[in-house]
Amino acid sequence: MLTPNQTDNALLDRREYIGVDEVAGPILAISGIHNVGYNELIEIVDAGENVRLGMTLDVSEGAAVAQVFEGTSGLRPGATRVRFRGEPLTIAVAPEILGRAFDGLGRPIDNCPPPAGAFRDVNGLPVNPTARDYPRKFIQTGISAIDGMNTLVRGQKLPIFSGSGLPHRQIVAQITRQAKIVGEDRPFAVVFAGMGIKHDEAMYYLRNFEESGAMERVVAFLSLADAPSVERLITPRAALTAAEYLAFDLGMHVLVVLTDMTNYCEALREISTQRQEIPSRKGYPGYLYSDLASIYERAGMIIGREGSITQVPVVSMPNDDISHPVPDLSGYITEGQIVLERDLDQRGIYPPIAGLPSLSRLMKDGIGPGMTREDHAHLASQLFAAYAQVKRIRALASVIGEEELPELDRKYLAFGEAFEGQYLSQAQDEDRSIAQTLDLGWRVLSTLPREELHRITEEEIRKFYGK
Amino acid sequence: MNEWTVGTVRRVAGPVVETTCTGDAQMLELVYVGDHRLIGEIVRIRQHTAWVQVYEDTTGLRPGAPVYGSGEPLSVELGPGLIGAIYDGVQRPLDTLRKKAGDFISRGIDAPALDRQRKWHFVPALKARCPVTGGMVLGHVRETDAILHKVMAPPTIAGDLYMIAEEGDYRVEEIIATVHNHGHPVELPLFHQWPVRKSRPHAGHLHLARPLITGQRVIDTLFPVARGGVVVVPGGFGTGKTMIQHALAKWCDADIVVYIGCGERGNEMTEVLTEFPKLIDPRTERPLMDRTILIANTSNMPVAAREASIYTGITIAEYFRDMGYDVAVMADSTSRWAEALRELSGRMEEMPAEEGFPAYLPTRLAEFYERAGMVKTLAGDEASITTIGAVSPPGGDFSEPVTRQTKRFIRTFWALDKQLANSRHYPAINWLDSYSEYVDDIAEWWDATAKGEWKARRAAILSIMQREAKLERVVKLVGADVLPDSQRVVLEAAAMFKNAFLQQNSYDKMDAFCSAEKQSKMLEIILTYFDLVSEAINRGALLADFSKIEVVRDIMQMKFECGNEDAAKLDAILAKLKASVQERQHAHA
Ligand SMILES: Nc1ncnc2c1ncn2[C@@H]1O[C@H](COP(=O)(O)OP(=O)(O)O)[C@@H](O)[C@H]1O
Ligand SMILES: [Mg+2]
Repeated sequence: MLTPNQTDNALLDRREYIGVDEVAGPILAISGIHNVGYNELIEIVDAGENVRLGMTLDVSEGAAVAQVFEGTSGLRPGATRVRFRGEPLTIAVAPEILGRAFDGLGRPIDNCPPPAGAFRDVNGLPVNPTARDYPRKFIQTGISAIDGMNTLVRGQKLPIFSGSGLPHRQIVAQITRQAKIVGEDRPFAVVFAGMGIKHDEAMYYLRNFEESGAMERVVAFLSLADAPSVERLITPRAALTAAEYLAFDLGMHVLVVLTDMTNYCEALREISTQRQEIPSRKGYPGYLYSDLASIYERAGMIIGREGSITQVPVVSMPNDDISHPVPDLSGYITEGQIVLERDLDQRGIYPPIAGLPSLSRLMKDGIGPGMTREDHAHLASQLFAAYAQVKRIRALASVIGEEELPELDRKYLAFGEAFEGQYLSQAQDEDRSIAQTLDLGWRVLSTLPREELHRITEEEIRKFYGK
Repeated sequence: MNEWTVGTVRRVAGPVVETTCTGDAQMLELVYVGDHRLIGEIVRIRQHTAWVQVYEDTTGLRPGAPVYGSGEPLSVELGPGLIGAIYDGVQRPLDTLRKKAGDFISRGIDAPALDRQRKWHFVPALKARCPVTGGMVLGHVRETDAILHKVMAPPTIAGDLYMIAEEGDYRVEEIIATVHNHGHPVELPLFHQWPVRKSRPHAGHLHLARPLITGQRVIDTLFPVARGGVVVVPGGFGTGKTMIQHALAKWCDADIVVYIGCGERGNEMTEVLTEFPKLIDPRTERPLMDRTILIANTSNMPVAAREASIYTGITIAEYFRDMGYDVAVMADSTSRWAEALRELSGRMEEMPAEEGFPAYLPTRLAEFYERAGMVKTLAGDEASITTIGAVSPPGGDFSEPVTRQTKRFIRTFWALDKQLANSRHYPAINWLDSYSEYVDDIAEWWDATAKGEWKARRAAILSIMQREAKLERVVKLVGADVLPDSQRVVLEAAAMFKNAFLQQNSYDKMDAFCSAEKQSKMLEIILTYFDLVSEAINRGALLADFSKIEVVRDIMQMKFECGNEDAAKLDAILAKLKASVQERQHAHA
């Protein structure tokens, strides 16, 4: 039953107001209205009868401040009409969203009607930690650097930290093409959110899905570089709402690609600056961490439900700086990171996945006997340790010259070459099985004397070393 | 429920709500906001305006909505049923919420922290007519096989025991005692409430003298923490803060563990929830969950409740301390708590100090860490709270405000190092930057365990590690080959210490926990290697003669191959080491 207060609100919410007080950047202020709700949808009708959507950011008695997703350009304060919808922004979900494309706010851009289905609040709700099911199923991406050393598991959030000009696109495309659970033939559905990326970049992805015959398993949400930047604040949320529907209502395994989260954060900074909030680092708002968490934490699995959401966000590092607030805070939330390295890229190594700073925090639970192979954990650990040694020796060699190095150090350099040239490197269409990846790991490791392999048991040495 | 309207919402912008209030509103009062009755707390009052920090999402809240007062401060329920529970930041039981509202946390759902239906077997410990003071044990409830719950008189009570319930089964709300306080009867149920922001009283601080044994070698041997001590673990993402906190929650020898997941990942709480019931505590032989309480306010849950979560956690810890237990509190991560504080402060338009944090950040940090300590309880026992706080400095830079301010109030510092973590040297605790100010306090205990040698050996190995750091600087420029053997043996011993001792794999069954005895033997072996080989070199032997001796392999593997109780095996390695060095020396001569 509605309380008197709520009944009043329901009536008031149909009102339309003419004229707003102030328009500044993407922000609009209005007064002389009934009391409206915080974080709710508003419709702004401009002089040309075009409806734009917005959301309230600050509500007080008879007044509100809102952000306008489509931007405020062309709005005339006196001729603008405003309606408050009394509900948060929602998108419609139905099985037929698969194969469709939407704009950054979840409206169709493929000339088909909106899906006929239930409306879902794009903000979602936090999963109760007691309802989560811990991710442990190994996803084979066919990329050795990932499968062997930074294993992705179903339900994980594992971003790609990239830099301008680095091939994150190709890697993401390769992952979405090749990702599979060994022994299952159910392919992943892909939810793709493009935020602030260029048309050709979006096209690259979509073409890729099409060529691999995956298009009918893809839902795309596109808020491209020419769309108003504030729209991007909704895009990942709309995409994840669709993903949650596919995963937890329809029981599908969903791979969510969010690119580029740095563009998303810039939009957030824009709004925050406009509102003159106290910034923390580099002008980003103090709540950037919580805001990012409200997106990344929408990955995972739920006890008793079929599906899963695995996130592969792309986070670009401005000036290749991993300590920039966006990659930094992302790294604090996601379950590891795949870091691309310019030096490897310049040496022509694809995929240029950095050996040391990359990490998969959920790897331990997805590998080993019955999942990948019994030697996987120790092998990966030893590869990391040996590669760290390579980096040290290379630094020394650059000072004293390679000829001056003791023999053991030169062996490490040879290992480094083999590791980068054979193990890391592979073709964009090369889909390695996990067994191939592990065998390759042993092959490159066997360039080192066995006494150096402290992280490997005698038994593993006997079984795999030098084979 | 005793409540009335104390105000009306005037402005909503995020988790802080500005209200017009009546004279009835009190500072720090628990209130319910709007039709959804969102839980909130009054955090500032100025004339007719009260600011309410709301512990649930404020979406849809409108100006004009009512604010209901409770007349009480934000409190936790303390009584049987806490152990093994998982709560959010304001002590809502997450498993009950799930039963009521499903897999997602929606707004306006509430449930009592302690199960109202469950019956507990109460055994009285006092007889009627005796005098009762606060903290006195009225009786017992066996809460888990590992924990005997002492039902105490609330700290503020004093008077004569008029009635005490007979042994039997009671629900938490049932009255188990009546105390006459200056002629007024006060009825005491099986549980009581305590405001989270107020520390529970005790009868005085005691000297710290015993270590909290964590089973982590780099901690116990090099940078130990005393029972009742305070530690901070700062580190960039992926350096191992959570792994250390989890390892301590699993293996430290506290009686009770309160784990506060403050603004971190949901899956990490799930991991604890799935793993702990299956892990057996070696001391009690009971599942670890039988001594654990979880507070989970993950990063995607409301930010105001994150701010409250550490107080909820520490208050529960104090309650068990008052029963005479040694409690360990892990807070992962206090940076997220500080950020919540910053966000709330910003929304109230307070003047920021450094990097947007409010000027009272250091005061709040001090208050939180002050609640740790070894104390004499009101009931006369010795008990402690050890607090281990993780800090997540932006960009891994330890000069930022939260790390810097926290350092003022703690006495053990475990500096996590990105470089070490990158080369998969775990735990990535940097041995040059970390410190413990408890070494002298606990030396006596340790020396008793390690036959009088702990402090001396600790100093010896640290000196080797410092010499190594200096030599490494030379090596970086010219390579190790130019160093004389008397210096290369330092590098060799340091490398052995790093690989065989400092590195500890939490995923390895045998290595995850290392007993104090095993640690001290392992250190002895490594130092013996260094001493004997150095000596031999001084007498003219070559380092190359020793690096390939077979026992080196045994030393490198001893952490994986020798059990915690397997002293004989370690003694055998030591004997073999001595013998083979001697043999080599003879061969050389
Ligand atoms: N003692 C350890 N043993 C094995 N692996 C570890 C250890 N400490 C850290 N790690 C590895 O480092 C990763 C990151 O650790 P975590 O504690 O989650 O970092 P943080 O909380 O500092 O971000 C883990 O997922 C694990 O792979
Ligand atoms: Mg962590």
